[in-house]
Amino acid sequence: MATETTTAELGHGSGLPETAAEAPGMPQLDFSTFSNQIFWLVITMIVIYFVLSRIALPRIGSVLADRQGAITNDIAAAEDLKQKAVEAEAAYNQALIDARAEASRIVEDAKAGIKADLDKAIAVADAEIAAKSAEAEKAIGAIRASASESAAEVAKDIAKDIVAAVAPGKIDAKSITAAVTAKIKG
Amino acid sequence: MAEEAHGAEEGGLVFHPMDQFIVKPLFGDGAVGMFTVTNVTLWMAITVLCIVALLVLGTSRRATIPSRTQSVAELAYGFIYKMVEDVAGKDAIPYFPAVMTLFMFIVFSNFLGLLPMSFTTTSHIAVTAVLAMAVFLFVTLLGFWKHGLSFLGIFWITSAPLVLRPILALIEIISYFVRPLSHSIRLAGNMMAGHAVIKVFAAFAAVLAISPFAIVAITAIYALEVLVSFIQAYVFAILTCVYLKDAVSDPHH
Amino acid sequence: MEGDIVQMGAYIGAGLACTGMGGAAVGVGHVVGNFLSGALRNPSAAAGQTATMFIGIAFAEALGIFSFLVALLLMFAV
Repeated sequence: MATETTTAELGHGSGLPETAAEAPGMPQLDFSTFSNQIFWLVITMIVIYFVLSRIALPRIGSVLADRQGAITNDIAAAEDLKQKAVEAEAAYNQALIDARAEASRIVEDAKAGIKADLDKAIAVADAEIAAKSAEAEKAIGAIRASASESAAEVAKDIAKDIVAAVAPGKIDAKSITAAVTAKIKG
Repeated sequence: MAEEAHGAEEGGLVFHPMDQFIVKPLFGDGAVGMFTVTNVTLWMAITVLCIVALLVLGTSRRATIPSRTQSVAELAYGFIYKMVEDVAGKDAIPYFPAVMTLFMFIVFSNFLGLLPMSFTTTSHIAVTAVLAMAVFLFVTLLGFWKHGLSFLGIFWITSAPLVLRPILALIEIISYFVRPLSHSIRLAGNMMAGHAVIKVFAAFAAVLAISPFAIVAITAIYALEVLVSFIQAYVFAILTCVYLKDAVSDPHH
Repeated sequence: MEGDIVQMGAYIGAGLACTGMGGAAVGVGHVVGNFLSGALRNPSAAAGQTATMFIGIAFAEALGIFSFLVALLLMFAV
């Protein structure tokens, strides 16, 4: 009964009233529609196949290949750049070492130059000091000489005065001078 | 009778789970002839449009850094390509477009069939049987064309003891000819079953007492059906690859 | 009345045919369970065998679908 109701509905729906009594309840087993389905299926499959095999798949394949190529290239480029960076670092380190050596050399030079200048200046200064001290020595000698001379004079004068005061006229000036001179020298 | 009784009792509990599969003419109400434009035509055309939109329009920019659509297209391409390569071997790469065609058609038909009020072309045995027979005939002819009569070696298992070989050959031959049957009925049956079950629960939803349960059940089954739709397309494609492997690889090994 | 008995037989047969789907369910569960236990033992080999698992599922499931088809035929076509 239920089947009959279903088939009646089916027959009405599919517009096949003459087969309604015998038509199966499953639309899948309604053989009158098979040729239609198969026809449209074949057309669909042919269309999809040609669209895919002519347009879509080659395009996607080429895009994927391009991307693979791009990735490979990029990796190679990155490898290259890395190599360059390593080289640059080495060059930098070398430059650093060179610069250090140069700097220490310059420092050495400067030190040597300064030392030479210093030595020279010291020598000059020494010479000057020596000259000055010699001069001073001489001046001191002169002063000393003149000072002893005048001291002798003063001593003779004082001796004369003392003698004159103690024993006037008894001892002459000459002998006093000689005695004082002898006393100073002794 | 039971339905009518139910219908009278519950006020409109009617089961027509198979009505969704009826092939109807799109224009007018006449008989379905071979060239009639029917809902089959409509939904197959929509399938074609979807495939074109995804695989042709989606990749039209040929971007090295893909957009989302292009990513999906490339994913599908890579998925099927790898499947053909892994399962059927490198010799089967020339038939990759055919496998891709089958897969894309089935997966889009299945997914479009899940839309409410839509028509599932792959739930019809006529459709899946044609696909399965096409695969079967193609594989068989390809095998004979590539290997000549030595293609029959796939039935003669040389690694088995000699006594067992005739029996195994018989089993192999039977299973070989059952292939298109199981190949087609698996897909149509899965699609039909899922949709019919959803329809049955939809009829239950009309009854107030159990409608919350029915609606939850529809949701759950719908989720399962989404999964099944994809898996069945995948299984169809992978079995095609398995059959292709018989044809392209050396039958004696 | 006679038609009703035929109908009844068809429906009972359809119900019995549906038990076959339980067998398919057991089979599919067995396939996936064994795949999973193998995959957990050797996860590195699992990825390559997923396709094989799906083929196994497909074969196991096909027989359940056959019984479902028989049920449908009894329901609607007989």
